[in-house]
Amino acid sequence: MKSLAQLQSVSKDYSVRSGGTVTALEDISLDIRENEFVTLVGPSGCGKSTVLKILGGIIRASRGTLLFDGKPLDNPSREIGMVFQRPVLLPWRSVLDNVLFPIEMLGWNVSEHLGEAHRLIKLVGLSGFEKALPQELSGGMQQRVSICRALVYDPKLLLMDEPFGAVDAMTREEMCLEVMRIWRERRKTVVFVTHSISESVFLADRVVVMTPRPGRIVVDLPIDLPRPRTIDMEFTPEFKAYADVVRDAIYSSKRSA
Amino acid sequence: MPKIGNFGGWIREYGPTIVILVVIVIAWEIGCDLAKVPVWLLPAPSRIWTETLQLLPVLPGHIYATLTSIVGGFLVAVVAAVPLAIAVVYSPFLRRVVYPPLLMFQSVPKVAIAPLLLMWLGYGLQSNIVIAATVAFFPIVVNTATGLEAVESELLDLTRSFGAAKPKVFWKLRLPWAMPYFFSSLKVAITFAVIGAVVAEFIGSDKGLGYLILASSGAMNTAAMFSVLVILSVIGILCFYAVIVCEQLLCPWYLPGQQDKGGI
Repeated sequence: MKSLAQLQSVSKDYSVRSGGTVTALEDISLDIRENEFVTLVGPSGCGKSTVLKILGGIIRASRGTLLFDGKPLDNPSREIGMVFQRPVLLPWRSVLDNVLFPIEMLGWNVSEHLGEAHRLIKLVGLSGFEKALPQELSGGMQQRVSICRALVYDPKLLLMDEPFGAVDAMTREEMCLEVMRIWRERRKTVVFVTHSISESVFLADRVVVMTPRPGRIVVDLPIDLPRPRTIDMEFTPEFKAYADVVRDAIYSSKRSA
Repeated sequence: MPKIGNFGGWIREYGPTIVILVVIVIAWEIGCDLAKVPVWLLPAPSRIWTETLQLLPVLPGHIYATLTSIVGGFLVAVVAAVPLAIAVVYSPFLRRVVYPPLLMFQSVPKVAIAPLLLMWLGYGLQSNIVIAATVAFFPIVVNTATGLEAVESELLDLTRSFGAAKPKVFWKLRLPWAMPYFFSSLKVAITFAVIGAVVAEFIGSDKGLGYLILASSGAMNTAAMFSVLVILSVIGILCFYAVIVCEQLLCPWYLPGQQDKGGI
């Protein structure tokens, strides 16, 4: 498979108030291939969100390079869609207008993208809610809207930063299935940050395990489970074996620290 | 705060307040009557009412003058404060330069600088408007700036990730986001403008409700003073609700439960 986004020995330092610097990421190399579903998992503070922000062009790496489609990524790119932990919709805009927000911000023709916006809203099962305001929707529904917003300009790469961290466990399972359905139907490449081990295995073609201080990649584990995946796969020995590898990677680094 | 036009809601919301007010007025009337309070000390509500009727022919002119100072001062404050708030948000340099003198200015009692403004601007409506504006100005700057900066950082990340132009981010994101903050500052500002207008009329004016209070006080006409006070508070309340009506029309998404974000 062709490589879509590549991090080559990327490091990120932050200067702190006391005057020194803290290394948030150290020597991260990661190759995201086209149509791949990659999950980044690790304890909080391991820099997984920082990796996502660098991939999204929101912050720059201190060292190393980011290649997108084989070219260095300097400017913000329309090939990247983002979903955050909280839906952060605009409270004064209807569902439809929230989905169309990026189109307006990019100065594109809104009426040309109206059809796509409606298709996406239908895809996430929110038909009939086009005119509703965000505050009239549940947290899970709001997050679906934010997924539509990330997809409306048809980016190749979808970056999701703990998107279901704020929804309840049952909605979470449902949303995971839904994301996989969207990923399958739309042929996107997804990088998905989570701190849930089972979620990381359940979703992924590849689980990338990170550990903190400084943020490093310790395991890059291909998941060879059949697709489409179902909730009951979580109870198979194969699934458990994968989850154990991820868990061991996280905890062994904790013990040595 | 019920939506405009929801009369049942209005009665549920304000019914108890009205009952309490009526009870106070009745107690006041009976109390004055029983204790034989001299009318120059505390006139009974009935006396204030008859005095109001006597004032009626001259009232419209005074009310008009004061209302002009309030609304004029309020609008001048908005027009001056909003661009300043925007400038402060977009330029760290301006923030450093503007905030200290602004705070200094805010710390000076406006009553104390009103005579100075009167000397510079001359006797008349223009002075009253400027004095009212100086009192109403500060909360709008601070709160609007806070609102413009309150946009969720993820949304700014989002606009950065697809490289949206800065003016678009301002018009479509920051400005609407700041609206509830802006309106909560306007509610403070309009009541400040009432104070400013009356202070200005105290200091130098030959019309307006502030002037009328001062003149009635000189004539030992306590009932007239009370009458003007009541009219002033009604004007204050109406101005306040005018702001709320604008808020409901301009930010209908902003629900009562979230009222009074920010603050000064």
